Amino acid sequence: MNSQIAAILTIDGIASGAIYVLIAIGFVLIFAVTRIIFVPFGDVTAFTALTLASLEGKQLPGTIGMVAVLAALATLMEIFGLWRADELKRIPRALFFYLVLPLAPAAVIWLTSGTLLPAAARIVLTVAVILPIAPLLNRIVYRPIADSTVLVLLIVSVALHFALSGLGLLFFGPEGVRTESLIDYTAIIAGTPVSGQAMLIVASAIFFSFLLYLFFNYTLYGKALYATSINRTGARLMGIRPQQSGTIAFLVGSLMAAASGILIAPVNTIFYDSGFIIGLKAFVGAIIGGMVSFPVTAIGSAFVGILESFAAFLSSQFKEVIVFSVLIPVLLWRSYTLVHAEEEDDE
Amino acid sequence: MALLSIEDVCVSYGKAEAVRHVSLKVERGQIVTVIGPNGAGKTSLLTTAIGMIPSTGVIKCDGQDITRLDTESRVEMGFCLVPERRELFAEMSVHDNLRLGAYSRRDGKAAIQQSMDEVFARFPRLKERLSQHAGTLSGGERQMLALGRALMAKPKLLMLDEPSLGLAPLITREIFRIIASLRELGVSILLIEQNARAALETADFGYVMEVGEIVHSGPAATLIDDPRLISTYLGGGAD
Ligand SMILES: Nc1ncnc2c1ncn2[C@@H]1O[C@H](COP(=O)(O)OP(=O)(O)OP(=O)(O)O)[C@@H](O)[C@H]1O
Ligand SMILES: [Mg+2]
Repeated sequence: MNSQIAAILTIDGIASGAIYVLIAIGFVLIFAVTRIIFVPFGDVTAFTALTLASLEGKQLPGTIGMVAVLAALATLMEIFGLWRADELKRIPRALFFYLVLPLAPAAVIWLTSGTLLPAAARIVLTVAVILPIAPLLNRIVYRPIADSTVLVLLIVSVALHFALSGLGLLFFGPEGVRTESLIDYTAIIAGTPVSGQAMLIVASAIFFSFLLYLFFNYTLYGKALYATSINRTGARLMGIRPQQSGTIAFLVGSLMAAASGILIAPVNTIFYDSGFIIGLKAFVGAIIGGMVSFPVTAIGSAFVGILESFAAFLSSQFKEVIVFSVLIPVLLWRSYTLVHAEEEDDE
Repeated sequence: MALLSIEDVCVSYGKAEAVRHVSLKVERGQIVTVIGPNGAGKTSLLTTAIGMIPSTGVIKCDGQDITRLDTESRVEMGFCLVPERRELFAEMSVHDNLRLGAYSRRDGKAAIQQSMDEVFARFPRLKERLSQHAGTLSGGERQMLALGRALMAKPKLLMLDEPSLGLAPLITREIFRIIASLRELGVSILLIEQNARAALETADFGYVMEVGEIVHSGPAATLIDDPRLISTYLGGGAD
């Protein structure tokens, strides 16, 4: 391996690492607010890529059916809950947020099906139709068991992942997809080719991280979300509903996952079940950040990406084996240092 | 009609009954205090009044049954609890803690800023510590922040769980002065205190709670001279 190859591999690794950063930050965000390790997060990424590919092929994406079913279920549960809590006056609001809003993008896609929309419109519609999936799953699956332990929530997440890949097969079929590249440009930086796509991915990761930073520091909802994550009781006493914070966390996380799906679709072939391994690597990044620190999560995810890129060069068959074998000691080290940090916090 | 009316409320943790058949009223503009020894069930009573723990019995606000409403809805109705543990947002700045106190208000930036200025007028110390994390404040400053954050909500009913806990006498007196001055703003207060004498001097009406039950009640001015209370709660008589 000469330095030229090392440079190419590093750039490649940073680009896939940036994809993991987007997903990993979503993991941390959702976990901090709801204590849910949202395993199916990678599936959201994969479904985004598949939806975008369907729109490019002028087909009706399976996402529409999925969102419709989830929205109907969530609406029923919400209305039943309000009826039991004697808060009937909140029903119109619930109808708007659980039925009308999630179905609006799906309706647009359905109405425009058969025509090839411009690329930007396809991307916007794809993101819009993907966004409600995770919040709706949160409403249907997690909210009834919101007070369970982290472990129970995790087990449910794993089950949910398998259910979702099943749905993915049903709605999208077994074929892999790859979408048109977003940008056809390659720069030569210091003798090393850097693809426009890689630059776009890294720029997006930075952009969305910055957006999240602004959200947490300068908006009331962002502060409310943070408050929920550090003191649930205190937040409730201010009138901040943990359920609402959870929904926002799932929405913001989904936005990041959808962005990663859009970005990865032109560079990797994505199948209905590709989400798991993508999610797992991002999850490792999140674990390196201790599920709390956004900056360390970003560094960890980038590290996973670079590791993967070098491993693929050494032996593409053993890529995953190499990646996860190297990561185990890192994770052990992190868990050791983090446990100590938490103990200190308690005192 | 009473602003808060608690009727025949019981709270139990598993088999242990912490509150037994308690009834209590807070009229509009009144300061009502509940005193009693440790473990009497005072905190449990407040916690159930804000809807954080379940209870039997009926809780009403202005005659409307709110027993089934969740905590957040009660906060939106104008209830506000400063809990025993304060529950500040330790990793957030004083400013953000105060701002979140006004989370349930819908009356716009200017009004919220005005409330914040009023809080600073009452607690100048908070203004000096504006960008400091709540977790790094001193004990007394934390109490001020907890009270300030509650005032940011512009509550109709303010429930205070031992606001003078762990405070130096000078600040304690200041806190009670502030509580008394809130009455003029039309805030009704349900006050729980260990410092029985100061509480009864500030309040209009008092209840005495022992092992989960109300054992005495009456106008605060009467209770303060009640010989049965003087020996147990007001003993020594020193402020
Ligand atoms: N979460 C809980 N689980 C079990 N028992 C509890 C719980 N919270 C309170 N108790 C019990 O209920 C009783 C009343 O407690 P509570 O905190 O309401 O008393 P208090 O009057 O506020 O006392 P203090 O003056 O010490 O604050 C106590 O015996 C206490 O041990
Ligand atoms: Mg108490």
